[in-house]
Amino acid sequence: MNVQLLFFGITADLINTSSVTIELENSLLVKDFKELLLAKFPQLKNMQSYAIAINEVYATNQDIVKENDVVAIIPPVSGG
Amino acid sequence: MSKTSIKITSEKLDLQECYNFVTDDSCGGIAVFVGTVRNNTQGKEVQQLDFSTYKPMAIKEMEKIADAALDKFPIVKIAIHHAEGMLQIGDVPVIITTSSKHRKAAFEACQFAIDTLKETVPIWKKEHFSDGEVWVNAHP
Repeated sequence: MNVQLLFFGITADLINTSSVTIELENSLLVKDFKELLLAKFPQLKNMQSYAIAINEVYATNQDIVKENDVVAIIPPVSGG
Repeated sequence: MSKTSIKITSEKLDLQECYNFVTDDSCGGIAVFVGTVRNNTQGKEVQQLDFSTYKPMAIKEMEKIADAALDKFPIVKIAIHHAEGMLQIGDVPVIITTSSKHRKAAFEACQFAIDTLKETVPIWKKEHFSDGEVWVNAHP
């Protein structure tokens, strides 16, 4: 199954892209998805913290990443 | 009629538009917060700020803040407008206006809205100095 990843702010600079599609074997808890992200994108280890949004809504570790979801990596925000 | 006006734009923000939106005959006061680009960070001279957004989600989060403000405080209307793109010193990245029957609610709702925006809305600013650039709050 495919999942689209979006990167913003400093994470887009670290990974050097703002969007990429990755393939997963099956649906995953966000908690486990984060582990997979770190394995795929070790540059994210430089981040002390970041949030995950699924389809434009903040996700918790217990939410599930499913086929065709758009998953955004949200570094600490600094609007205003 | 809508009680909320939410906008993210690369155009110059329009204070009059935010003010006009919240005016209402039932209101005795309007509170206005205008964010401005400061020329220094911890003693270092800032030349400009670049705002990037996750626009569709940022709009949703701003709508949630406006709805929460209407829920928590006895205000009548609220506008939250944010800029994106490159801003210069003195430019305005954010305007929030609130109106209420009595002033206290307008002040409190305005403060709640800007404080929450800074915590939850997916917008990021990059400070440009003479010798480089830094993402604000990023702690890489």
